[in-house]
Amino acid sequence: MPVSASDLIETVALTKHYPGVKALDGVDFSLAPGEVHVLFGENGAGKSTLINLLAGVNQPTSGQILMEGREVRLHSVLDARKHGVSAVFQEFSLVPTLTVAENLFLGDESPRHGFIDRRALAARARELLADLQFDLDPARRVSTLSRAEQQMVEIAKGFRSRLRVLILDEPTASLTDRETERLFTLIARIQAEGAGVIYITHRMQEIARVGDRVTVLRDGRKIGTVDAKATSEDRLIEMMTGRTISEIYPTIAANPGEILLEVEGLASGAGVRDASITVRRGEVVGLAGLVGSGKSELMRAVFGVDRVTAGSVRFKGVDVTHARPGEMLRRGLFYLPPDRKAEGLVLAFTARANIALPALRSKLKGRFGLLSGKRREALTRTAGQQVELAERNAGRAVAVLSGGNQQKVLFAKGLGINADLYVLDEPTVGVDVGTRSALYTLIKRLCEGGAGVVLVSSDLPEVLHLSHRVYVTRLGTIAGERHGADINEASLLGLFFERERTAA
Amino acid sequence: MAEASPGTPGNVLEKLFIRMGVLPVLMVLALIVFSLMSEQFLRIDNLVNLVRQSVYLILVSLGQMLALVTGGFDLSVGTILAVTSVVSAIVMAHFFGADPNAVWFAISIGCFAGLLAGAAVGVVNGLGVAYLGVSPFIMTLGTQSVGFGIALLITGGVPVSGLPGELSETLGFGRILGVPIPILVTAAVAVMFYILMTRTARGSYLLAVGGNPKAAALSGVNVRTTLLVAYVLCALVTAVSGLLLTARVESGEANIGGTMALESIAACVIGGVSLRGGIGRVENVVLGAIFIVLVQNGMNLSEVGSYLQMIVLGTLLIIAVIADQIRHRMIAGGVGL
Repeated sequence: MPVSASDLIETVALTKHYPGVKALDGVDFSLAPGEVHVLFGENGAGKSTLINLLAGVNQPTSGQILMEGREVRLHSVLDARKHGVSAVFQEFSLVPTLTVAENLFLGDESPRHGFIDRRALAARARELLADLQFDLDPARRVSTLSRAEQQMVEIAKGFRSRLRVLILDEPTASLTDRETERLFTLIARIQAEGAGVIYITHRMQEIARVGDRVTVLRDGRKIGTVDAKATSEDRLIEMMTGRTISEIYPTIAANPGEILLEVEGLASGAGVRDASITVRRGEVVGLAGLVGSGKSELMRAVFGVDRVTAGSVRFKGVDVTHARPGEMLRRGLFYLPPDRKAEGLVLAFTARANIALPALRSKLKGRFGLLSGKRREALTRTAGQQVELAERNAGRAVAVLSGGNQQKVLFAKGLGINADLYVLDEPTVGVDVGTRSALYTLIKRLCEGGAGVVLVSSDLPEVLHLSHRVYVTRLGTIAGERHGADINEASLLGLFFERERTAA
Repeated sequence: MAEASPGTPGNVLEKLFIRMGVLPVLMVLALIVFSLMSEQFLRIDNLVNLVRQSVYLILVSLGQMLALVTGGFDLSVGTILAVTSVVSAIVMAHFFGADPNAVWFAISIGCFAGLLAGAAVGVVNGLGVAYLGVSPFIMTLGTQSVGFGIALLITGGVPVSGLPGELSETLGFGRILGVPIPILVTAAVAVMFYILMTRTARGSYLLAVGGNPKAAALSGVNVRTTLLVAYVLCALVTAVSGLLLTARVESGEANIGGTMALESIAACVIGGVSLRGGIGRVENVVLGAIFIVLVQNGMNLSEVGSYLQMIVLGTLLIIAVIADQIRHRMIAGGVGL
C-alpha cells in the first residue's frame, strides 16, 4: 500500500479526550487516492470520534491531521468541506421541508443582488444530479423522499465542490440491495476519479466487497491495518473484540422437538410476501438477509405489530394469524425489538418496572385482582438474576443504565413471562463484547432448556455461529434455507444477492 | 427505590428533588411567607377550611394527572365541570319540580345525568386522541370550547336554580362523624386512584404509554384503550368535582370551571408529574393541589388582589415546568432514583 506524502488524508497520533474518557488514543491512519479504507470496530471503539475529527465536527485534543502532506486544522464542517472532505452521517443533515435543490445548496446559494435565483439553483442542482446519475427531481421536498434517496442528496452535497475524501457512516444500514448496488457503483466511480472513501460498516461481506484496507479500532486505539480482501472474517472479529471466536460464541446443542411456530404464505402491510417458516422447540433458527429484505418485518407480522394481509400463523397448534402483541405474549411468544430505546424500554421506569410490564396481567395478579408486590419482586428478581443484572441496577431508572445493561433488562422482560419462543431481533446491537457473550450464553441456556429461539440479525457471524438452521430473506420473502454444515458465509451470501428471477 | 441513600446532604436533597420535584421547597417557602404576612394563616380552623376548599382542585388534578402521565393533557376540565353542573342541575330541578316529595330520586338521577354528561366529554376527548390521533392539546382545546358553548346555550347563560336543599345539606356542607362529606368523597377517590396507579396493571400501562408508547405496545399494552381510559377517568373524576361544586353553590353554573385547567396542570407539575409523561404519583398530586389552594388562601388572607394572584399562579406554573426540565436532565444525566 502506498503510504507517502501524496496520501489524501493522514493522521498522526490523533487523540481526543472527553471528560473521563479517552475516546481516541494516538491513532495513525491514512487514506490513499482511489482507496476505500474501512473502519471496523464495536460501538464505542472510536470510529465515530475519528470521523468526527476528520469531518471537522470536533477538534482533536492532540495529534495532527495532514492533507496531501500538509498539516491542516479543520475548525468546522464547512472548513473540512472547503478542504474537500465531506461526510455522510447516519443522522442526515437535511431540512425536510425544503426541496432537494434547496438542500443541495443550503448555505451556498450564491444570491444575486441579495435574492436567490431559484431557476439558476434548480439548473445547478439538475446538472449535479445528472452528473452523478442520480434519478432525483430537484423540486421534490426532502420529506417525501425515501431514506435511500435522502442519502443520495446527502452524498450529492459532497460533490458541490471538488470532492477528495468522502466519509460514509454505515451507508447501507437502511438501503435495499438494489440501492446498495447503486451506492457501490458510485463508490467505484469516486475511486476511479482519484478521490478516497472512508467507510464505516459492521457488515463483514461489505468489507471484502468494497474495501481495500481495513483499520480495526478497539477502546479508542488502533489495533491494526490489514488488507481487506486477504484477511479472514474470524481474524477481523478477533482483532475487533480481542477474543477468539470460541470465547465469544458458545456451542449450542440442537435438540429439535415439537413444532412451535408455523408460518405459511404470510404477507403483511410492511412488504412481507409469501413467506413460510417453521420453528421447533430446542433449536436456534437464524433469519438473515440485507436490511430491508423483510427479516425483521416477517417476525413483526407474526408478533402482531404489522397487519397480516394474507397467509397464516400457527403457534403451538393454535391459529394466531391476526393476534395482537398482548395475546402473543400471553401465549408465550416474546419479541425483542431491535431498538431498545425507541421500542424496547420505558426509560423513565426502573429496570424492575420494565421487566414486570409484559407480565402484569398474566403473572402478577394477587388477591382481589390487584397486583401482588411480592410476586412482582420475586419475578423481577429471578429474571434479573438470569440475565446477570446487578441488584443495585434493578431499582434504577433504565435511562441511566449502560447499553449492555439496558439490553439485559430487555431480555429479562421475556424471561419474566417464561416464553416458549424467543424472537430476538438484532439482540446484540450496540453492546460491548462482554455483555454480548453473556447474552449468547443466555440464548444457549434458553435453547437447551427447551425453548425455541429465532435469531433475526444483520450480524452475519452471529447468525453463522449460533444458528442450527438459517432462513435467508430477500425482497420480503424467504429466498432459501440452510442446515448444519451448509451454514457458511458463501452459501448465505449467495442467497442474499441472488439475481432477481423473472417475475414469479 | 427503598435503598438507603448514603452520602452528603446535597446528595439527599438531589434525590428528594428528583423524586418529588420542587414541591417541598415551595411548600416550606409558602408556609413561612404567609405565616409572617397573616396571623390567621396558621390557625387550625383556617387549615381545616383550606383542606375543604382544596377538594375540588384535588379531584380535578387527579384526573389531570391521568392525562399528563400518558403524555397528553386535558384543557377541557373546566368545561367538564360546567357541563356536569348545568346538566345535573337541570335534571334535578326538573324532577324535583315535578314531584317535590321525590327529593332523593331527583338528586340521584341528577347526579347520574351530570356524571354521564361529564364522562361524555371525556369519551369524545379519548376517541379523538386515541383513535383519530388528534394531539391532546388541540382535541381538548376544541371540546373545551364546544362544551362551554353547549353549557351556555342550554342555560342561556343564567344559573340553574330550584335545586332541592338536601343537595347542599349533604354534598355541599354535610358532615359524617364531624368530617365534611366533600373531604370524605375526595379521600375515597384519592385512595382508589392510589390503588389504580400502584396496584393495577392499568396504572402501570398508563405510565408506560406516556413513557414510551411503542415499548408499551410491544409489551402487550393496548395503547388506544389505555389512552381512552385516561381521558374518560379524567372526565369522570372531574364530574364528581363538578357535582360537589354544584352542591356547594346550590345552583347549576356554566361559569364554574374558570381557571381549573391551568390550576390543575400547575398542581400536577408542582406535584412532580412529568409533562413528558411516564411519571406521576397520586400522593404528590394531592399535595400539589393543596399547595395551590394554600397559596390562594394565603394571598387572600394577606389581602393580595386577584390580579396579582393571577400573576403569582402563572409564575408558579412556569417555575414548576422549569424545575421539571432540570429534573429530567438530572435523571437522564445519571443521578439514580
